[in-house]
Amino acid sequence: MNFIERAGAKYLTPMFMASGFGMSVALGVVKRTTHIPLRWRSLLDQMHLSGIRSLHVVLFVNFFIGMILALQLGYELSRYGQQEAVGFAVAISMVREMAPVMTAVVLAASVASAMAAELGTMKVQEEITALEVMSIDVTSYLILPRVVALTLVAPMLTLLANVVGIIGGGIIAETQLNLDYDGYLTNALNALSDPGFLGLPKSLYSGILKSTIFGFTVAVIGCSCGLQATRGASGVGNSTRAAVRNSIILIIVLNFFLGKLIYT
Amino acid sequence: MIKLDNISKTFGNQRVLDGLSFEVAESESLVIMGPSGAGKSVILKHLIGLLQADSGEVAVMGHDMNRISKKQMQELRRDMGYLFQHSALINWLSVFDNIALPLRETTNLSDSEITDRVMEVLSLVYMQDAHPKFPAEISGGMQKRVGLARALCTNPKILLYDEPEAGLDPEMSAEVSRMIRRLKDELRVTSVTVTHSVNCALTIGDTLAVFEHGKILLSGPPTEVLNSDHKRVREFLGAPID
Repeated sequence: MNFIERAGAKYLTPMFMASGFGMSVALGVVKRTTHIPLRWRSLLDQMHLSGIRSLHVVLFVNFFIGMILALQLGYELSRYGQQEAVGFAVAISMVREMAPVMTAVVLAASVASAMAAELGTMKVQEEITALEVMSIDVTSYLILPRVVALTLVAPMLTLLANVVGIIGGGIIAETQLNLDYDGYLTNALNALSDPGFLGLPKSLYSGILKSTIFGFTVAVIGCSCGLQATRGASGVGNSTRAAVRNSIILIIVLNFFLGKLIYT
Repeated sequence: MIKLDNISKTFGNQRVLDGLSFEVAESESLVIMGPSGAGKSVILKHLIGLLQADSGEVAVMGHDMNRISKKQMQELRRDMGYLFQHSALINWLSVFDNIALPLRETTNLSDSEITDRVMEVLSLVYMQDAHPKFPAEISGGMQKRVGLARALCTNPKILLYDEPEAGLDPEMSAEVSRMIRRLKDELRVTSVTVTHSVNCALTIGDTLAVFEHGKILLSGPPTEVLNSDHKRVREFLGAPID
């Protein structure tokens, strides 16, 4: 083998195999959506784990994102005498981009990593093999509740992230930019009044749609990385790292293409 | 009941099984011994359908494991039990739920029938009182017995044991071996056991096979194999070399 073939065998083959495995996991989940009523208890557990336990981090991060946006945009807009538009800019930025992306990144770091570590440990300790040997459908029993839970929880968290982000921006607008809070809020709400699908604000539902897709993607990556873990504790560490890294890369890439798709 | 005919399996450059053949009759207990890393567990994984042979035939209860459909495989596995080397209990489920899991997932039994069955198999391994505990709260020997109860709960016709004595002290190892023998005598199941323990082989086995370099070196009744003149077998089993 020459250098290019060796590099391809070392880096590209595992990457394509991992991608193919991830897609087969996603397809397996979609094919088993009829099993959701059977898994409601596990689904609620997973929603609690991925939703309630991540809530404080999501709110904290997005509150600060809203404040950062207001501060930086406020300084720049004030140079042109347009600081009243900060509510508009913060609302649009939060709802379309920052809240869905930052919420998904927090979920990748906290939930996808936990899924990869948990399933990876089960894999290296032969618990997954034990389920297969007992004729138990691993996708239905372990993967489906995790993926459905995160797909449902991500948009809910994003909605709350929108609210705290805009409030955070409002606090900065009033205390640092000397703007009226009510005026800021009216400005922000006006920015979200552009009607789209079914009369819903387009910015809002585009962000929610994105976060739903991000939630599904992050959960599938977390689960598929865990299921591919090999070679003991270091293998679990590698699968956890891969889950977070791949999730964040895909969130960013998908965010671009989804934004392009929705707004053109 | 089980028949392996000239099977071969290679991982990368390593040939793990090399024309391996043996048969296990109904209710017979075969024990396979061999050096670590020789591929003994690989044999069990072929029998349960987790691996497929590169060549040769594996037949379990009349099913050709190389041509079996996914659905047939699921049905066949319901007739088989597998005791893992490290028990492989699901750590967030209690002892009761671990054993109930295959019954809940693969049968239509009612909750009360499942409870009865779980308590019945727990009593077979003397673990009735441990049913609310979690795997982390019980010892390795107890985990092994729970694993055995889980393997038994679906009334399997074939049981596969992967190093049942692994990680246990000699006393607990002997107890688990005696338990497996008692279950074999009471339930008349066919079994294949992979082990490093001569005592375990003597307690459990009707037939002992010594396995190395992908092949069976020697097989027969355990005492005959232990007293054989086969040089490599005597070396491996720790018998004094003439």
